[in-house]
Amino acid sequence: MSDLVQWSGNLLYASFIMYLVATFFFGGAIRPKKNGEKQEENRWGKLGITVAIIGFISQLGYFFTRWAASGHAPVSNLFEFITFFSMMLVGAFIIIYFMYRLPVLGVFALPVALVIIAYASMFPRDISPLIPALQSQWLHIHVTTVAAGEGILAISFIAGLVYLIKTIDQSKRNKQTFWLEMIMYSLVAVIGFVAVTTTFTLSGYEAQFEYVNKDGNVAKETFTIPAIVGPNESKLLTDGKFEPIVDMPAFINAKKLNTTLWSLAAGAVLYGLLRLLTRKRMGALVQPLVKNVNTDLMDEVSYRSILIGFPVFTLGGLIFAMIWAQIAWTRFWGWDPKEVWALITWLFYAAFLHLRLSKGWHGEKSAWLAVIGFVIIMFNLVAVNLVIAGLHSYA
Amino acid sequence: MGKVKCECGHVNPHGTILCESCGRALTEEAQREKLHDMRYEGSARRSQTYNKTIIDKVWNFFSSVKVGIWLIVLTLIASSIGTIFPQKLFIPNNVSPETYYEDTYGVAGKIYYTLGFYDLYNSIWFIGLIAAIGVSLVICSLDRVIPLYRALKNQRVARHSSFMKKQRLFTSKEGTLQSGELDKVKEKLKSKRYHIREEEGSLLAEKGRFSRWGPYINHIGLIIFLIGAMLRSTEGMYTDAMLWIREGETLEIPGTQGEYYLKNEKFTIENYDEKKDPEVFKEALKRTGGVVKNYQTDAVLYRDENRDLPGAKPKLVKVKDAEIRVNEPLKFDKFALYQDSYSKDEMKAMEFALADKATQKEAGRVKIDLFNPKDTYDLGKGYKVEIIGYYPDYDGIGSDGEPKTKSPLPNNPAFLFKMISPEHPKGEISFTAIRQTLEPVGKTDYKMEFRGIETRNISALTVRKDLTLWILGLGGAIFMIGVIQGAYWNHRRLWIREINGEIYVAAHTNKNWHGLKREINSVIEGTSVPIPEDQQG
Repeated sequence: MSDLVQWSGNLLYASFIMYLVATFFFGGAIRPKKNGEKQEENRWGKLGITVAIIGFISQLGYFFTRWAASGHAPVSNLFEFITFFSMMLVGAFIIIYFMYRLPVLGVFALPVALVIIAYASMFPRDISPLIPALQSQWLHIHVTTVAAGEGILAISFIAGLVYLIKTIDQSKRNKQTFWLEMIMYSLVAVIGFVAVTTTFTLSGYEAQFEYVNKDGNVAKETFTIPAIVGPNESKLLTDGKFEPIVDMPAFINAKKLNTTLWSLAAGAVLYGLLRLLTRKRMGALVQPLVKNVNTDLMDEVSYRSILIGFPVFTLGGLIFAMIWAQIAWTRFWGWDPKEVWALITWLFYAAFLHLRLSKGWHGEKSAWLAVIGFVIIMFNLVAVNLVIAGLHSYA
Repeated sequence: MGKVKCECGHVNPHGTILCESCGRALTEEAQREKLHDMRYEGSARRSQTYNKTIIDKVWNFFSSVKVGIWLIVLTLIASSIGTIFPQKLFIPNNVSPETYYEDTYGVAGKIYYTLGFYDLYNSIWFIGLIAAIGVSLVICSLDRVIPLYRALKNQRVARHSSFMKKQRLFTSKEGTLQSGELDKVKEKLKSKRYHIREEEGSLLAEKGRFSRWGPYINHIGLIIFLIGAMLRSTEGMYTDAMLWIREGETLEIPGTQGEYYLKNEKFTIENYDEKKDPEVFKEALKRTGGVVKNYQTDAVLYRDENRDLPGAKPKLVKVKDAEIRVNEPLKFDKFALYQDSYSKDEMKAMEFALADKATQKEAGRVKIDLFNPKDTYDLGKGYKVEIIGYYPDYDGIGSDGEPKTKSPLPNNPAFLFKMISPEHPKGEISFTAIRQTLEPVGKTDYKMEFRGIETRNISALTVRKDLTLWILGLGGAIFMIGVIQGAYWNHRRLWIREINGEIYVAAHTNKNWHGLKREINSVIEGTSVPIPEDQQG
């Protein structure tokens, strides 16, 4: 490993710490003042944004040193792309912050960015050479624009989430509280994924299986966490390891499903503990944080982020994507799953804009849509790459 | 059709809700509203006005944004269904979809196939959905843009008091407008790039009106794009062909009507090398094994000068040398050749030695071109090899006792040789396949010994001509301009007017009300003009 790569890793680490620190500063900034007046930007807020910017610069440092080391923009595998997405999310937050000066956005945007970076680090981090299809200037142009667009759109999710946490009545149980808890649980499940992966990686767990794959051939697969579900007609080769409870049919990737199950389970444990200890829904737990939030303003931030992000996403995710697809794959559109999901994302936000403009979907409806939009983006980012194989599956 | 004349004297088209000029409410409904619906400036939209003929009904159906949203959502859901299992295009091409989906995905796969989802994006109903979106785009836009344009063009500076009162941002205060104060406001408005119009005692400051056209412009872009996509099925606009070309071969490029030929000089696959390539890749290469660095066809492009002479043999004139790589297609005329696929090490020639079994002495060697084997190979001094049978893709002996061949491609060549030597001038028969020798008509003294093989690579190139690309590009560009125009600018208006000893202030924006409020506050603050308040919520 060259020094540059070492440096790059350290800078990413530093930015992670900075975002964490900035989150606490922003937390300080939204504490209600004694006189109970509306919150203006205060010293804590200034500190928060300063640290966040330093963190962002540090992450930019990671990006460019890694670029220098590998000779290509580090957006070529899942670790690099997700990390870059988190950077764009923070960048978008900083821009929106200077437009609206709302520390509360930082309290939610930065932890989400932290979770995303942690998630990204679970994928192989070594610098991989580019396969011929990726050797193009369009790699930088297309991927960075898509990530920027998605980062900005993610801020609309953050604002929508703040809106929902503030407005949803926690005094009784209903559909809204249920779904809000689902969002919270999903975030916790990502932390669960990180915890499980890290634990078993550190303990060096490895179990090899022989199984029959989709084409009817015998193949081998190594599980790095204990297999709850095993591959099709699996046979455990490593002695003394956990035997799968049930085997999956051949077309399901048992290893990935197993990881997902573990993450969901770990998430459930974590979430359950939180509920038990606090005796509150997580939505109710964080509600005090948003006490001073102006919901109208949050609604506008959410909408504004979509207005800013939508053209950027269109440019990167559809137009640049089509230009590159024409060059690399001979056709600008081929209904590859990733392409389709980019189209779905685009259609979804188009529907959102029309609902808002013509049907007057403001406030809560709009906030839920912003959440769903983010779910679609995450699905495209994670599930389409990992689950649905296609030209874009690079992990 | 009957026009509506407003009290202010302006003649409005039939169906107008708010007078284009002064803003007075023209319908009873509008008069009752607490706040005016300003989305289309209360203009006369065809869909809201006529509903008699079939055309009216169709128009009204497609002009509804609700219908448009439904179409978008249906397309979205349909598209996602298409990604549950791989589309027909992505399944191995040697299996039939009919069995593939059921075999691989069980019952779910069978249902998927039966419902036709395996080729969803080419299904009539999916294309119908896209077409319906296209129609909806046109009608929705036309229904709104023309009246909106009229309303914004005819708007007067002095708006009726009822119009101002029913704006979301409004205030009124007793007093008169001092010209000094108003000048201060105007100065600040100008510095914020407002366009100011004045009529005695009334002021209209406006900016960003062009952002109102954004949605319509981006819809035009989309329409152009869809038309471009449709034109691809027009004869001559679009070519999609494959050219499998072996090293050393010169072939006509399909789709060029015999005008162009290509010679494949060499096809190369290069892998990353842990030693030669940058050290940073070492870990990744160790983990994943081989990673391909380059697929490349070195080719020569020729043009047939004789193609206009009927019956003449092609006269190939070199146009250029080219290195075709992934991401670097060869472009010529209106065509592009893309590195798409390859087949490595196809057998090209085999070499055998005619040898005496007892002495191991070689009488000579024959090199057989597997694509064009000769009947006889004369080795001199009375030695000769004849090929009686050639089975390029040998597949065992058939029930009739004859060797079979699966295909004309030399995947597994086998020969029936007649070996002629001075000792056996009539020849001995030997059947020789890879790792197998049979002597079907008795023991032989000589044998054909395998000596070597020559292989070559086949490069697969996609031939593409797409004359619709510029239309798609144009559509995309117009869409982007429109969407940016609509998203990054706001249409803001501020009305200040003195009516009967009262100052009226009203403001409107098409979006981002907080931004408007902040801007107006900073403009009006410190003057005697009152700051308008949000009347909503």
